Amino acid sequence: MSLHLWIIPLLPLTGAAINGLLGKRFPKAVVNAIALGSTAAAFLYAVWVAVQFFGLPADQIPHIEHYATWMTAGNFSAEFGIYLDQLSLVMLLIVSGVGFVIHIYSVGYMEHEGGYYRFFAYLNIFMFFMLTLILANNYLLMFVGWEGVGLASYLLIGFWFLKDSAANAGKKAFITNRVGDFGFLIALFLLIKHFGSLQYDSVFKAISAYPIEASAGLLTAIGLLMLLGATGKSAQIPLYVWLPDAMEGPTPVSALIHAATMVTAGVYMVARSNAVFNRAPIALMTVAVIGTLTAIFAASIGILQTDIKKVLAYSTISQLGYMFMGCGVAAYGAGIFHLMTHAFFKALLFLSAGAIIHGLGGEQDMRHMGGLRKYMPKTFWCMTIATFTISGFPPLAAFFSKDEILWKTWASGNHILWLIGLIAAGMTSFYMFRLWFMTFFGEYRGEISADAGHGHDSHDAHGEHGHAGPHESPMIMIVPLMILAALSFVGGWVGVPAALGGSDHFDHFLNPVFAQYAPPMDSYIHLPNTAEVAEQQSAEHEERGMEFLMMGISVAAATIGFLGAWYLYYKRTDLPARMAAAAGGLYRLVLDKYRIDELYGAAIIRPIVLISTNVLWKGIDATLIDGAVDESAAGAKDISDGLRHMQSGNIRSYAGWVAFGAAVVIVFMVWKGVR
Amino acid sequence: MVPLSYYLVLSAILFACGVAGFLIKRNIITIFMSIELMLNAVNLTFVAFAAELHALSGHVFVFFVMVVAAAEAAVGLAIIISVFRTRETLNVDRVNLLKL
Amino acid sequence: MHLVLFLIFGALCVGGAINLLVQKHPINSALSLIVVMASLALLYLLLGAEFVAAVQVIVYAGAVMVLFVFVIMLLNAGAEEVLPHGSRVAVTLGIPGLIVGLTAGVWVIAHYAGLDRISIGGPTVSNGTQSFGAPTFVAKLLFRDFLLPFEVTSILILIAILGAVVLARREE
Repeated sequence: MSLHLWIIPLLPLTGAAINGLLGKRFPKAVVNAIALGSTAAAFLYAVWVAVQFFGLPADQIPHIEHYATWMTAGNFSAEFGIYLDQLSLVMLLIVSGVGFVIHIYSVGYMEHEGGYYRFFAYLNIFMFFMLTLILANNYLLMFVGWEGVGLASYLLIGFWFLKDSAANAGKKAFITNRVGDFGFLIALFLLIKHFGSLQYDSVFKAISAYPIEASAGLLTAIGLLMLLGATGKSAQIPLYVWLPDAMEGPTPVSALIHAATMVTAGVYMVARSNAVFNRAPIALMTVAVIGTLTAIFAASIGILQTDIKKVLAYSTISQLGYMFMGCGVAAYGAGIFHLMTHAFFKALLFLSAGAIIHGLGGEQDMRHMGGLRKYMPKTFWCMTIATFTISGFPPLAAFFSKDEILWKTWASGNHILWLIGLIAAGMTSFYMFRLWFMTFFGEYRGEISADAGHGHDSHDAHGEHGHAGPHESPMIMIVPLMILAALSFVGGWVGVPAALGGSDHFDHFLNPVFAQYAPPMDSYIHLPNTAEVAEQQSAEHEERGMEFLMMGISVAAATIGFLGAWYLYYKRTDLPARMAAAAGGLYRLVLDKYRIDELYGAAIIRPIVLISTNVLWKGIDATLIDGAVDESAAGAKDISDGLRHMQSGNIRSYAGWVAFGAAVVIVFMVWKGVR
Repeated sequence: MVPLSYYLVLSAILFACGVAGFLIKRNIITIFMSIELMLNAVNLTFVAFAAELHALSGHVFVFFVMVVAAAEAAVGLAIIISVFRTRETLNVDRVNLLKL
Repeated sequence: MHLVLFLIFGALCVGGAINLLVQKHPINSALSLIVVMASLALLYLLLGAEFVAAVQVIVYAGAVMVLFVFVIMLLNAGAEEVLPHGSRVAVTLGIPGLIVGLTAGVWVIAHYAGLDRISIGGPTVSNGTQSFGAPTFVAKLLFRDFLLPFEVTSILILIAILGAVVLARREE
């Protein structure tokens, strides 16, 4: 029986179409109704689908629906269809739920902005593409969603397109994504060539027949190329450079796209392609290494940033690194678990930051904030929950998810990766609490005056509030914060591990997805997510003790971070400046984000621009192509200049030409006759 | 009994004179007369070959050439008259309105 | 006998042609051309083309050249002026050169084609009282095998008449 899942993506698409085409004439209330209505309808339908899903017998999962054939070319055919299993169901609920909450928030945030209808049209378009990506049953349709969310991201980052920095950030995001998409496309081509199809079920079934590759082979290549695509979309090394710049967009955009949903598409893709990665240990290890390195790299940059949104951006990159780390040790369930909790707390963090910025009339620099807990109590409490969550304190959500990742990393034998992840966790705690202390505690360092809306790199309308001093945001913005705070609090309880007495519902729920195409038991990869682990856990008591110890170490790291931030940014606030002066060059290097942007600019972009200008433009285009056209025109002109003399207007020269022509003909005839 | 080549050479001389006059002379009417001279030279060739091949179609063709020459002379002279009326001159170099 | 006649009238032809080139006044050129045509008519007779000779005299010398003379008189054409620019050398050398060249070419070709071994213009086989180029035989050819071209030429003449009338009409 068909669940008619095609309705889910099409609802926001309809909303986007109506708002996009007609929204200019609608009053704000109608635009709101359409945008929120379509998203809410999608979410409610998703909930209904979830209820139906739990009633499905096990052999009908994954629930695949085929709608229409898209194209056929020789042996290859692509179709429109839906693939609903536990993984896509989880992603579906996250995307539609968090998306809906952020839509509500945006109504309040974008109240005074121009282009209101355009914003909601873009948001709905994004929802459509993201849902397509999640629900697709073949890689090609997923790629449509993949590209589409990149497009929506570009449109929304550059929403205030009249600002140069915003337009450039949009372009940077799109182009960097493109580099990743190139890798993804090549992977798709390899899949088509070797498996003849892009449908999930047929591809994965064909891959299951392959053994685990001992050295680099086809599956490794596919895996690495897919990873390249994922690093573009999910902002990992080396393609993360667009995400900090993407903070030029409105804060709800940062929350929805660059925290909760779009950037997780890469993680989803890796998890979905677990059949490939499980059989390509080199690719899998690369995933883990990249994830871990990104986690610590971004965390180190986040320590020194002063713009509140940039701190959160680097935090997002870092947390995405954790998800990749989880997937990279074949603990896909842990990665997805962290994805879910991250969606909650990161969206909460961004929305709270947005509420702060809104309340300060556009100020984003934390050096001009402070003591805001007096002015914005509700925001303060929501952000506090979020900060404790991301640092990994129990019983909040991220403790369980991050800890599961670290535990699975240790258990798979990658002790070094675990150590790096632990240090990054400590740094996460440190910079988040640094943000917390700088923003909410101490004395208010900003201006309190009627024109307290002069944020430097912020947007227009937030400055003309006419309110004096920082204030709480309207309830329409606070209620979503509270919803997300509640979710951050309880969201981890579905995944309480056995070591603490829970039964790890989440992991067991997702297990069939990853076990379906897992390699055989006697493979030499340690896959903690398979049924093997269940035997292990029941058998090894001391391993449970080990897990408990790990948890303790994680909490200790988080606490050290908290204490460090408390000391430097609450107790002795003069110390950071002295430490910075003492560190000198290293401080400046980290502050400049390790000058990676400049490196890319010099090493990659400048040569390309140089080649484009000199070779392609001046050389080929101007000289060859234009030259060919111009030269042929000049040649025609010269020929006609010569022939012109035949038409001199002088009758006797005409007579001469006639005689000459006749002579030629006569000679020819005679010559032919003589032969 | 005259060898055929003598007639052909004579025809050639006449034709060459016709061409020369066509190229050299500046009076339109004289140019026209050179054209008539050329046609006559060709007629001579036709008749000579008709006599040699003993085929009367040569004579018939000469007949047609004369008809065409007459018609052409009539129309051409009418044109010359109208050119003279507009340009007031019979010098072919003066009829150069198409000159750039 | 034939050869002598041929040479005399051939010389007359060439002389008339050269005179046409040399003379400055067009009326002199016209009269030279009449001489050429008359000589040609005699040469046709030598070749046994009686009908063609008659037509030559009647049509060409008698009608076309008269038309030319009429027009010259009508337009009161004067003598050609001397060319201020342009090379007299080219004219003096080029014209004879052209004539000689063409003649030499033709003679060479004719010699190699063996045409100077064939003699023509002698007494021909005749059919009873009529000679080779008698009108009877020409008429038989003209009105039977070449009837279509004959009719087409009559239309051509019609068009020429109309054209001449229209073109030479004085604007009212």
